[in-house]
Amino acid sequence: MGTLNIKGTEMLGEQIIKGMAVTARNFFGSYVSKERLTTVQYPEERLTPKENTRQFPFLVYDGDDWEKGMRCVACQICEKECPPQCIYIVKSKDKKPDYKGQSQLYPATFDIDISVCMSCQICVEVCPFDAIKMDTEFELSTDDRFGGLLFTKDKLAKSNEHFRKIHPTEAAAVDEHLAGEKARAEAKAKAAATPPTNPAA
Amino acid sequence: MSAVAAMPPKNYEILPKTSETGEPIGELLEISMGPHHPSTHGVFRMDVVLDGETVVKLKPVFGYLHRNHEKIAENISYLGSMPYTDRLDYFCSMTNNWAYALTVEKLAGLPVPERAEYIRVIMAELTRLQNHTCLIGFFVQDMGALGTPLMYAFREREKILDLFESVSGARMMCNYMRFGGVRCDVTPDWLAQAKQLVDGYGKFLDEFEALFTENEIVLARTQGIGVLPRELVVNASLTGPMLRAAGVNYDVRKVDKYGIYGRFDFKVPLGEHGDIYDRYMVRVLEMRESLKILQQALRDIPSGPVMDPKAKLRGFRPKAGEAYGRIEAPKGELGFYLISDGSANPYRYRVRPPSFINLTVLEDMCLGHRISDTVVILGSVDIVLGEVDR
Repeated sequence: MGTLNIKGTEMLGEQIIKGMAVTARNFFGSYVSKERLTTVQYPEERLTPKENTRQFPFLVYDGDDWEKGMRCVACQICEKECPPQCIYIVKSKDKKPDYKGQSQLYPATFDIDISVCMSCQICVEVCPFDAIKMDTEFELSTDDRFGGLLFTKDKLAKSNEHFRKIHPTEAAAVDEHLAGEKARAEAKAKAAATPPTNPAA
Repeated sequence: MSAVAAMPPKNYEILPKTSETGEPIGELLEISMGPHHPSTHGVFRMDVVLDGETVVKLKPVFGYLHRNHEKIAENISYLGSMPYTDRLDYFCSMTNNWAYALTVEKLAGLPVPERAEYIRVIMAELTRLQNHTCLIGFFVQDMGALGTPLMYAFREREKILDLFESVSGARMMCNYMRFGGVRCDVTPDWLAQAKQLVDGYGKFLDEFEALFTENEIVLARTQGIGVLPRELVVNASLTGPMLRAAGVNYDVRKVDKYGIYGRFDFKVPLGEHGDIYDRYMVRVLEMRESLKILQQALRDIPSGPVMDPKAKLRGFRPKAGEAYGRIEAPKGELGFYLISDGSANPYRYRVRPPSFINLTVLEDMCLGHRISDTVVILGSVDIVLGEVDR
């Protein structure tokens, strides 16, 4: 481009007029072309969220009963890996069967303080049981300053149907993975149950 | 005017305007362009001593956004500080992530698959585009453009942020790079959308440039102001567009060739005078070079994995040692210095913030100019307080 050192020469303002032509093109163009009118009149209009968008975590449960079907086994890995340490878990004293039939612990208390949570998704990445996933709801403001933003287990539990609705591709992959795990566990159980044939006979 | 109003009040002494020898006398005015200020790009304070309107002394005061990033990193794992690096220079989270991932990969000796390298370059150049566009928008707003060009800049930035959201889940705090690759792959759909954006960006840049590059007001306010001579720039260890505007040919992408930058054909724009106008032009030309890099990267991206499947997320313990990794962030050279003692947390974690180091010459640039030039000079330095204060 070179140096436009026209300081000191006569400046008549023609480039300013050309600049105004750009502004006018944008302004009048916004009546004609959709590309120039980008304002979304929130909250009457809303943008459709992207599929991968993430806001705050929630706990997934299979089936209809949120306490019996919850996948979380209170391993506390997400609590340890969470960078701002906003997850608080207390293990239960008894066990309940999980989707594979094995009896596992469950969280008696599972609290996430979403005023601390920074939506980094590390808890989702490290969970070995696909029990915690990211929700897309962000209109969560409340005026209850003492606990309005502390989500307990019942508020965090949402069904697998909800997960399939908000993240279809991710839910399909998780369902496939868990079905594979279940099939493998059943095959192992069947092989252990049938008596072994005697090769010497 | 009545005679009563024309009389000065009784307890007010009118001082003579000039002394006996004819020199003007008076007091210097000290202003704190305080942390609450619409033009200081964040919570940043400048103590300015003025003689009339001319700046005689200037002291930058920062630390209002200090969040203990380096201390927090000593207490959490290596992966746990990745989301905190997003929040350093909050406009450019992808490049911050890349600098940190590069340093840890140097420390632990992790290889990166090729597709991940291409994706990293694409994300970094998209970040550079949106950073420079918004910077020009803020810069002309400081000069009085009342925000309209800023809104054009944000309209284009929204398209890039939409791309970031579809791949990583968040618009600004992406948390996308991992040690040894990136977190998840990009779909062919995403690549097509990115290509469409890159193809249309040149036209937007032409329109945006037509507003400023030859505009008489911009020229009058930026040429010859805030000049930094070459020796001062090199001695003060400035980096980024400020260094290149003074004529020093140093771009970390060409010097280190980190990642796969050696494969791309792009030029490094240099300025001549080192004033504000040169910094603005260097950034505009850098945006066009970024478009070239993006077109090459989107054309050549291979298929393959984006992360080593055996890489450990938890329990990552690099061997004891130290590493310094740096990249050409949009603001300058962003470096991370890590010392590991073999445990899961770093022993020392240090960020070399380009905005902070570029701010040290603010006084040299502003002396002798007027106070309204101070605002424009600060705008051209391109600071983000999240990075200055960490």
